[in-house]
Amino acid sequence: MMNGALKKRLGAIGLWVLTFILMVVMCVPGLWVVLTAFRPNGEVLAKPPVWIPENPSLLNFAKIFGVGVDQVAIPVPAYFMNSLIIALTSTAVALLIGMSGGYAFARYRFKFKNGMFLGLMLSRTVPGIALSLPVFMIWSRIGLIDAKLGLIIVYVALNVPFTIWLIDGFFRQIPKEMSEAAQVDGCTRWQAFWKIEFPLAKSGIASAGIFAFLTSWNEYALASNLTRSTDSKTLPVGLMDFTAQFTIDWAGMSAMAVIIIIPALILTFLVQKHLIAGLTFGGVKG
Amino acid sequence: MAEITLKDVVKRYGKVEVVHGINLDIAHNEFVVLVGPSGCGKSTTLRMIAGLEDISDGTISIGPEVVNDLPPRKRNISMVFQNYALYPHMSVRENLGFGLKIAKQDAATIKRRVDEAADILGLDALMDRTPAELSGGQRQRVAMGRAIVRHPEAFLFDEPLSNLDAKLRVQMRTEIKKLHQKVKTTVVYVTHDQVEAMTLADRIVVMKDGHIEQVGTPMDVFNHPVNTFVASFIGSPPMNLLPATVQNGTVVFSDGKSVPVPARLKDRVREGQEVIFGLRPDDLTPVGHGIAEAGDSARVALDIILSEPLGTETILYTTIAGQEAQGKMFGPRNVLPGETLEFDLAMDKAHIFDAESGKTVRLD
Repeated sequence: MMNGALKKRLGAIGLWVLTFILMVVMCVPGLWVVLTAFRPNGEVLAKPPVWIPENPSLLNFAKIFGVGVDQVAIPVPAYFMNSLIIALTSTAVALLIGMSGGYAFARYRFKFKNGMFLGLMLSRTVPGIALSLPVFMIWSRIGLIDAKLGLIIVYVALNVPFTIWLIDGFFRQIPKEMSEAAQVDGCTRWQAFWKIEFPLAKSGIASAGIFAFLTSWNEYALASNLTRSTDSKTLPVGLMDFTAQFTIDWAGMSAMAVIIIIPALILTFLVQKHLIAGLTFGGVKG
Repeated sequence: MAEITLKDVVKRYGKVEVVHGINLDIAHNEFVVLVGPSGCGKSTTLRMIAGLEDISDGTISIGPEVVNDLPPRKRNISMVFQNYALYPHMSVRENLGFGLKIAKQDAATIKRRVDEAADILGLDALMDRTPAELSGGQRQRVAMGRAIVRHPEAFLFDEPLSNLDAKLRVQMRTEIKKLHQKVKTTVVYVTHDQVEAMTLADRIVVMKDGHIEQVGTPMDVFNHPVNTFVASFIGSPPMNLLPATVQNGTVVFSDGKSVPVPARLKDRVREGQEVIFGLRPDDLTPVGHGIAEAGDSARVALDIILSEPLGTETILYTTIAGQEAQGKMFGPRNVLPGETLEFDLAMDKAHIFDAESGKTVRLD
């Protein structure tokens, strides 16, 4: 008969094994992309697979930027700038709307409040791609196809329900007495928001920002419909430049994917401490 | 500096009226306690004074100025909240100095006033901590400190002690009273606890269902309640209220037992009037165990159901005319359930209310 301690130990080991398997499932594709970015194209499709690149090189990156090879460079800098402008602008706008909306939902009573909130959530149930045709038709009428502004508007619309929902939750956790105390202490409502409520909700707003940024940064389906040229094509859409009529440059595509991942990783690391900074609400008895 | 005047103040939420035109004059430096059961409109009234709720009708003035349309920051009041509402991302020092900083006082003034408040409340050792690192009592003290640094016209307290445990509550109650003696300012204090009201107030305002029932000094409200609600709300254990009828100069209970109508109330009742006879437990004492020798007293033999010894006194549960009543035994001895004791009813302390209106028959 097994004793309790052994059982507990086996259970713990089982959990670790499960965790390991899940992590492998999550991490290996990413790892594979990174490894592939450093291999020659021939090695990518080799059978049996070559796990560790035998001749790691930066050739794929060089090819993308057109350094020292005869291949035409892919306009990565233009795509990168497009992605950056579109993602940052749409995130900033979505956050601004999300903060106003989230604050309003958390603090004020108004007519149709629940209905509006539900409506925002329901808008999330429609897959973005399902709207691509109507959006395409409208955008082509008003000249927003192949324009950064066109994508920015779409991404703001995509992100606002989520940012409102997330930020509403954070403002709700802050007792309204905080803002009242600040108002009695001499603040205008606006000051009370910026000096008390905003700093307390900062971590929530940062998380909403990260999510909005990553959504815009990584979005492919809508962008591929609404962009045409280096005027507006984003990095994920640029990945398709590696497909020719008969061949796909997997290694080059992977190198490009690495280029896309890096800024997102950097940003996430920068904001990470805000995501974790669990503000302890000591000002109010729990 | 600042008296506070409420004139016909009404509060409505949509169509629901929760405060029905109350009038109240609070004198300069007076400590006024609004007390009543939950939902009586006391907190709403306080929040209207603070400017955190709109005033639906009537006027509120602080000093000579009508403040109805002034935002909280222009009313020169400070408020202590039930949950303290300290700013969690600031140290104690920053919490205390926040209002002065907003008012753009210079750093030296802020430091001086913050240190002065910290000194009064004994917060010196805690200045660099954040609210999360403080105990309940310390947070309470910081909240009070934040209120006093600004030298406001009036302090508003919204149930400031109800989040504390019983022992700390008594201690902080004393501190609030001491604070008021040190920092002479008008105070409006809201509580549902009648003991807090009695111990702290210069004047008590008893509220119920959005109306003011009675305004008076603690002793006045205790000794001369105007109606059965005030009689039962103020005082612990509550006053015994027994339905009876006036017949031939006596108060006859439903079981036929009777006591004479107290001499001072004789000409205020009519023959056949349905009344409620009120007597505090302190005035229903076993013979020889009263506070003082009763002047005008009646004697009744009552069966004991239960006794609760408290040390200096024992609370005795009995029935009068089928209704539970409580008496007190001072200088107590052991009392067993089922025992029958002879009680003195201190008739000069007894109250008579009209059964229909609930109002006292005594006018003065």
